[in-house]
Amino acid sequence: MTAWLIVFKSLRQHALSTVITAFSVALAGGLLMSVWSIQEQSEATFTGANAGFDAVLGARGSKLQLVLNAIFNLESSPGNLAWSDFLDIQKNPDVELAVPIAVGDNYRGYRLVGTTPDFFEKTEYAPSSKFALLPSGNWFDPARREAVVGNFVARKMNLKPGDTFHPFHGLIFDEKKQHSETYVVVGVLKPSNTPADRVIWIPLEGIQKMSGHDPKAANDVSAVLVKLKAGSALAGFQMDLMYNRQGNRLTFAWPIGTVMAELFDKIGWFDQVLALVSYLVAIVATASILAGIYNSMNERRREIAILRMLGARRATIFACILLEAASISALGMLIGFTIYGVIFVVVAGIIRAQTGVVLDPSKFNVVMLWAPASLITLGALAGIIPAVKAYRTDVAQNLAPIS
Amino acid sequence: MSLLEISQLKKTFVDPEGFYHEVINVKQFSLDDRTQVALQGESGSGKTTFLHLIAGILRPDAGSITIAGKAMSGLSEPQRDRLRATTIGYIFQTFNLLQGYTCLENVLLGMSFGPGIDKAFAETLLKRVGLDDRMKHYPRQLSIGQQQRVAVARALANKPQLVLADEPTGNLDHKNARKSVTLVREACRENGAALLLVSHDRETLSQFEKVREFEHLNQVSQEEANL
Repeated sequence: MTAWLIVFKSLRQHALSTVITAFSVALAGGLLMSVWSIQEQSEATFTGANAGFDAVLGARGSKLQLVLNAIFNLESSPGNLAWSDFLDIQKNPDVELAVPIAVGDNYRGYRLVGTTPDFFEKTEYAPSSKFALLPSGNWFDPARREAVVGNFVARKMNLKPGDTFHPFHGLIFDEKKQHSETYVVVGVLKPSNTPADRVIWIPLEGIQKMSGHDPKAANDVSAVLVKLKAGSALAGFQMDLMYNRQGNRLTFAWPIGTVMAELFDKIGWFDQVLALVSYLVAIVATASILAGIYNSMNERRREIAILRMLGARRATIFACILLEAASISALGMLIGFTIYGVIFVVVAGIIRAQTGVVLDPSKFNVVMLWAPASLITLGALAGIIPAVKAYRTDVAQNLAPIS
Repeated sequence: MSLLEISQLKKTFVDPEGFYHEVINVKQFSLDDRTQVALQGESGSGKTTFLHLIAGILRPDAGSITIAGKAMSGLSEPQRDRLRATTIGYIFQTFNLLQGYTCLENVLLGMSFGPGIDKAFAETLLKRVGLDDRMKHYPRQLSIGQQQRVAVARALANKPQLVLADEPTGNLDHKNARKSVTLVREACRENGAALLLVSHDRETLSQFEKVREFEHLNQVSQEEANL
């Protein structure tokens, strides 16, 4: 109890230095935890998010581009494939579900995706989770100019059933490229926390036959989302062989998780840079604990001498300084969790806005244990040099009266 | 056996030029349990060093100090710390209160390394020295006289057998000095502690029945003693 009182008093007496040092530890801890947690959670989410499909069939090109475009509604389409290609894969006995999609238009920056009612009726975007509408909404009629709006878009654009809008050509919003067609919002999706939330869904034909689109491509689709029958992993290999090795016209991106993992492999260096920055901040924070306590030792010599005169052992003084250094780190880590929360919420907000994928800041990650433990240990280690100085304090010399 | 027994005690310091100077050379000194003795000596005569040796924060070059039957020379530093924490109370000329701690906390610290925290006793001591309404005040919020009284309470907090007081009235005016010495003496008596007070102030010394000349006790040459 005495040690805690001494530590508490010292922290309070050096409040400004304590807060500044603790904040640098907080920054290091917050950065470290958020970089680690966001990286692991986003990798797990992106590689696990497949919208309920196993593969994507698209035009010849990059598998990653195909998956980003068809599953995450990012990137441009690598090209179109003919309707007959869709029919071929749909008829494959190993395919449980094949859903065509078409892209190429937007509404004020939010992507319009054309698809068939199968997408909503037959897809389980997560186990036992099907798309659902908010009350008073309906699915679109594939023969009419109707739209079902993803939940995120509906909130951002304040769209609700009965509202109308004109699509814009292309995937990037350009006010001059407005299509003449008018679409009526007939439903808003309940939040699915998937990329589908940030898309406006319209009938496939809507995209195919939108004014200004090439009439030759009126039957083409941008990609086909493919769900294989349960237990048909071999079929995936066979289709991979058929489309990617033997054929040269189409690309079969399978399995989706593996394709996305390639993306994280490619951007892994960025995580390493961020982690390195966090480590550097941790080193600076540790050094600032050392410097802060060490610099205060001169003014504390008399106090230490008094404590020793009252019977405190050298070891007690040594332990108090270590405890003080560790306490600054611990205090920093408390603030660090707040910084982690702020960084995570901001980054997760950006990721959600860009991809529709939702990351959860409250989800436990083992970094939340080892980062505080490491920084508190480092903090305590930083206290060793000032603690040795305190340990060596000459009692008699420092008790001399001050005139 | 006396509470404090000193024999053939010697302490030498080396000056910055490397010359040795004998500061303490006490052949024999003893203090019985619950007795009160004042040592009279001029500034620089080695009184503080003498008290530091008794308190165990300085090690003698030769001789022995026995407190409550325990020979200091046979104790390791932690054991000397423990002995100081449980047996000795110390009152400084400049009080040496810890500025970041309240009066009560200063007194609590005085007992925490020895018998352990006893808040009720700490409060009793502060009431005894007339500071019952100042317990949560910080030293800077007190007058010099009040600070001195906190120092007295702290010195008695570990229920010591021996209180060492080093020029305890050095910072007080005559009126307060007299009151203070009375308080120290009474408080030691009430708590069953012996008192060894060193001072050069005749007014202070006049309040003691037993006064010894430190210069007679400390047999270093006058030239050395005044260094």
